[in-house]
Amino acid sequence: MNDPVVTVADGAVELGGRPVLRGIDLAVRRGEVLAVLGANGSGKSTLVRTMLGLVPTCRGEVRLFGTPLEDFHDWRRVGFVPQRVGAASGVPATVREVVASGRMSRRRPFLPAGRGDRDAVEAAIDAVGLREKARDGVATLSGGQQQRVLIARALAGAPDLLVLDEPTAGVDVHSQQAFADALGTLVARGATIVLVAHELGPLGPLVDRAVVMRDGRVAYDGPPIDAFTDADPPHGHDHHHVERDQHTGDPLPVASPLDRAREERP
Amino acid sequence: MSLLTYDFMIRALLGALFTGLAAPAVGTYLVQRRLALMGDGIGHIAVTGVALGLLTGTSPTVTAVVVAVIGAVVMEAIRTSGRTSGDVALALLFYGGIAGGVLLTGIAGQSAATLNTYLFGSITTISTSDVWVTAVLALVVVVLAVGLSPQLFTVSQDQEFARVAGLNVRLYNLLISVLAAVTVTVAMRTVGLLLVSALMVVPVATSQQVTRGFRATLFGAMGLGTLASLGGVAVSAFVDAQPGATIVLLALAFFVAAYPVGVWLRRRQRLAAPFTEHRDPFPLEDEHTAVPETHAHEHGDACGHPAVPHGDHVDYVHDGHRHAVHGAHYDEH
Repeated sequence: MNDPVVTVADGAVELGGRPVLRGIDLAVRRGEVLAVLGANGSGKSTLVRTMLGLVPTCRGEVRLFGTPLEDFHDWRRVGFVPQRVGAASGVPATVREVVASGRMSRRRPFLPAGRGDRDAVEAAIDAVGLREKARDGVATLSGGQQQRVLIARALAGAPDLLVLDEPTAGVDVHSQQAFADALGTLVARGATIVLVAHELGPLGPLVDRAVVMRDGRVAYDGPPIDAFTDADPPHGHDHHHVERDQHTGDPLPVASPLDRAREERP
Repeated sequence: MSLLTYDFMIRALLGALFTGLAAPAVGTYLVQRRLALMGDGIGHIAVTGVALGLLTGTSPTVTAVVVAVIGAVVMEAIRTSGRTSGDVALALLFYGGIAGGVLLTGIAGQSAATLNTYLFGSITTISTSDVWVTAVLALVVVVLAVGLSPQLFTVSQDQEFARVAGLNVRLYNLLISVLAAVTVTVAMRTVGLLLVSALMVVPVATSQQVTRGFRATLFGAMGLGTLASLGGVAVSAFVDAQPGATIVLLALAFFVAAYPVGVWLRRRQRLAAPFTEHRDPFPLEDEHTAVPETHAHEHGDACGHPAVPHGDHVDYVHDGHRHAVHGAHYDEH
């Protein structure tokens, strides 16, 4: 039971012959809230998609709950919020219908939804504060509300591991706070969370570990630094020193918010 | 009404009923995946299947089902391979299908009129066994399309999410393609291969003008499809028109009628939507009163009114009182 929830060992990914991830060694422990940060194209989105088997690895191994990905079938333990511009498709769908599809990993074909399914869907809708919108078409909602629908869909499955790819991109601050609260309840229940983000914003206090990606490698892995929690932070403190490579004395590569702070204080 | 009780009319109405139920059921998923024209492509490929039946002397319906299913599977494979030339490959398949059909029909020594009954339908000539085949195939399509609707909805809505939910996305996508191929051959005798796509797509487009949810759209489309099919056969019997074309035109008429309603509903929805709260960055605080004055100038260093520093701002003495600019209004201090 002490297996890490996600393990990536020596993981590498190529897309169209171009290396996108290299030498990834990462273990996400149970109950951890891990934020994957980095600039556009740094491979942070690919990293979480690799964890879920949406992107094949060209070397190395990925394990979910201790089981190699190719043998993993217990998908009801995993929730996923993909990176999306919206929740709409070619045919209208109500908020409740989209959220109900989050129960698919627990339902059997041809059997109607049970009471447990319906209760979980209603609870997930409540958790993101869309109760009054439950019967509305998702296409009529604002971008932030649509993102909350996708989050509710993942919450409906009551996952042990929740993976979110830029869940707060384009979401207004008010919705971000509602979303952070919903995540907080999930964390309190003991869930493990991996989220990709540009900046943490209201999610900052939840995060207890940050991984910063740069050029397909893990450039930083440790506790979140204040500089990550906001892209342009009001600095109430000083940066004491720049981390340098022990041998060359070059500054260690880190994500953009830190770099900016560094340029300001050479 | 006696015309409608003739045996051939009863068979025609039954055929229309099954087609009208099945075609929009599958069509809903095609529209959801934004593959509305896929039914059209499968219809083109099925022409070769019909011609193979005519050439070999076997039932054109059977050969059409087989060729349409193979075509649908190949189209799905081309689509998922994600090549940039995918749509060109699909076009090659469509036109290869229809040209091959015409060529094989000629080789079989059949007239274009024979092929026409499949291209444009000939519902009044279908036999009792045709009705049975149509009924069974339509039943299979409807049971799968409705019974698996939560799964098919999830896959068509968001493929990546469906994969992480543990659904076999490839299998369900293939199922939709095969169902579409079967539906095309079911509808072949009713509306014809060239018009079948209309019966798969138009009722869905009509239904979603007035619906907000997926299930409502699905069942609405099936109802509209049935209504258009039965109505089209009945109308064509009385005015002596082509049943296939009448069915499709009736379905289009429903759309034309529903579209303004949809426009009105969407407009009403937009008006009902609350404005995004626009908060005044300088709310009027309790201890201040707004002064209903218009100023010809902005108070500043050069305006000539005596300036009095007041906490974090500057008040200006103006007409015997002190006030300060505060956002869009003036506060009396």
